[in-house]
Amino acid sequence: MSAPAMVDIKAVHKSFGSLEVLRGIDLEVRAGEVTVVLGPSGSGKSTLLRTINHLEKVDSGSVSVDGTLVGYRRSGDKLYELREREILKQRTHIGFVFQNFNLFPHLTVLDNITEAPVSALRRPRKDVTATARALLERVGLVDKADAYPRQLSGGQQQRVAIARALALEPKLLLFDEPTSALDPELVGEVLDVIKDLAHQGTTMIVVTHEIGFAREVADTVVFMDDGRIVEQGPPAEVLDRPHHARTKSFLSKVL
Amino acid sequence: MPLTTEPPAEKTAAERAGPPQAGDPAALKVVPVRHPWRWVAIAVTAVLLAQFAHGLITNPAWEWGVFAQFFTAQTVLKAVGITLQLTVYGTAIGFALGIVLAFMRLSASPFLRWVALGYIWAFRSIPLIVQLLFWFNLAYLYKRLDFGIPFGPGIFSFETMGLVGALGAAVLGLALHQAAYAAEIVRGGVLAVDGGQLEAAAALGIPRLRQLRRIVLPQAMRSILPNAANEVISLFKGTSIVSVMAIGELFYQVQVIYGRNGRVVPLLMVATAWYILLTSVLSILQHYVERHFAKGTTR
Repeated sequence: MSAPAMVDIKAVHKSFGSLEVLRGIDLEVRAGEVTVVLGPSGSGKSTLLRTINHLEKVDSGSVSVDGTLVGYRRSGDKLYELREREILKQRTHIGFVFQNFNLFPHLTVLDNITEAPVSALRRPRKDVTATARALLERVGLVDKADAYPRQLSGGQQQRVAIARALALEPKLLLFDEPTSALDPELVGEVLDVIKDLAHQGTTMIVVTHEIGFAREVADTVVFMDDGRIVEQGPPAEVLDRPHHARTKSFLSKVL
Repeated sequence: MPLTTEPPAEKTAAERAGPPQAGDPAALKVVPVRHPWRWVAIAVTAVLLAQFAHGLITNPAWEWGVFAQFFTAQTVLKAVGITLQLTVYGTAIGFALGIVLAFMRLSASPFLRWVALGYIWAFRSIPLIVQLLFWFNLAYLYKRLDFGIPFGPGIFSFETMGLVGALGAAVLGLALHQAAYAAEIVRGGVLAVDGGQLEAAAALGIPRLRQLRRIVLPQAMRSILPNAANEVISLFKGTSIVSVMAIGELFYQVQVIYGRNGRVVPLLMVATAWYILLTSVLSILQHYVERHFAKGTTR
């Protein structure tokens, strides 16, 4: 193994009631790599992503980010759930971008970005504002700093959401179907921002249905079905020469 | 088979306008439909209104002179002050307790949920007037109130009579009653905030209290405010119930005055005018507060 694992998921199980959505997931993501998770709806890929920043608790197994257990403290062979305050602190190292953006509609674009660094990291507002403007410049929206989210297009909102996640300077970025709620013509502008981040060596896990994006950007493609990882490897392998029948039938439908 | 059909050939303006006319079709004038019955209804309503206004002015039984004399009388103004005090304290304590109850009902602990539910059930079930009389007679139930170790010795001790005077009992009754309704209004407002908002705030690591104060409550205010304004206005008028406890608020005071001079109607009008005036002020206030919390919304 060349680089240390940024994300280390071991034997994770998760059920919602009687429905087992994750049935033993093992996954490693190395620092600076882009992992794209593909799979049909209900295969558990969003749930898996949400366990990485403890938005979902796991039933068993463990998730570590940068060598630290997420959401738990280990003592002997028991995992003790952390207090909410400690979990919130861990989350500041893990950026999360939602399918529906979830910008705060009553705050301006600038306030959306500065809120977490000011309140969670206690950075001085002046510094944070400068950083926020630089981030807006990076996603091409510096003229929208004082706009409210509802005045923006879906693509612009998602770019703001990415800037908001970046403002915490996370070690890891998680994207949960970042383009699924967008009009087709707006998908490109969001993917361009994510590609740009990938080229700068940001560690990312992206759940998406954009096969073209996976082929172009991913270091590793993970295919999930029915709560399990069916296949994983470089895009050329998983996308062009899949071994499993399930992967083949999925790709034949979406390509 | 082609999936699209040829669009129907555009009709020319002349075809749409019916048989060909002399002159330029673009110069045709559109005549809107007439509503003769609407004018009749307006005329009837206007006459009725005029009659009512005429009656108000010319009927001597309204005794506008007496109204004018008492509208700004010292005793009435003082009574208006007490009514406002009851409203302000009732609202402030009621909503403060209501917010606590709302978050208890939304809490993960079944015990806290049940306690809050029980409180709301009880205080919505007991008529306000019955409750007020209970509080007024608190000293009959408990002669002394001790504050100290639960079930243990007291540290501070008060005579109930001295602590809960008539006004205190009234504020207590109004506030406890108000809290039950406020709790449900606040809970409704919090539930109306999209779940993704809390999730985004949690994912960003924003501290819990800050999530509520900065993200959830400002958005909840949008749906809380219209209902809360209803409650404040209804509490403001509801303070008239307190007259059963012989507290000198507005309604009690005009009763006392007309009991003395027999001018019932003009004095009821004094109270009515004050209630209308102050409710109007509250409604205007509501408009501006709602506008403040409408930031970033499209409707």
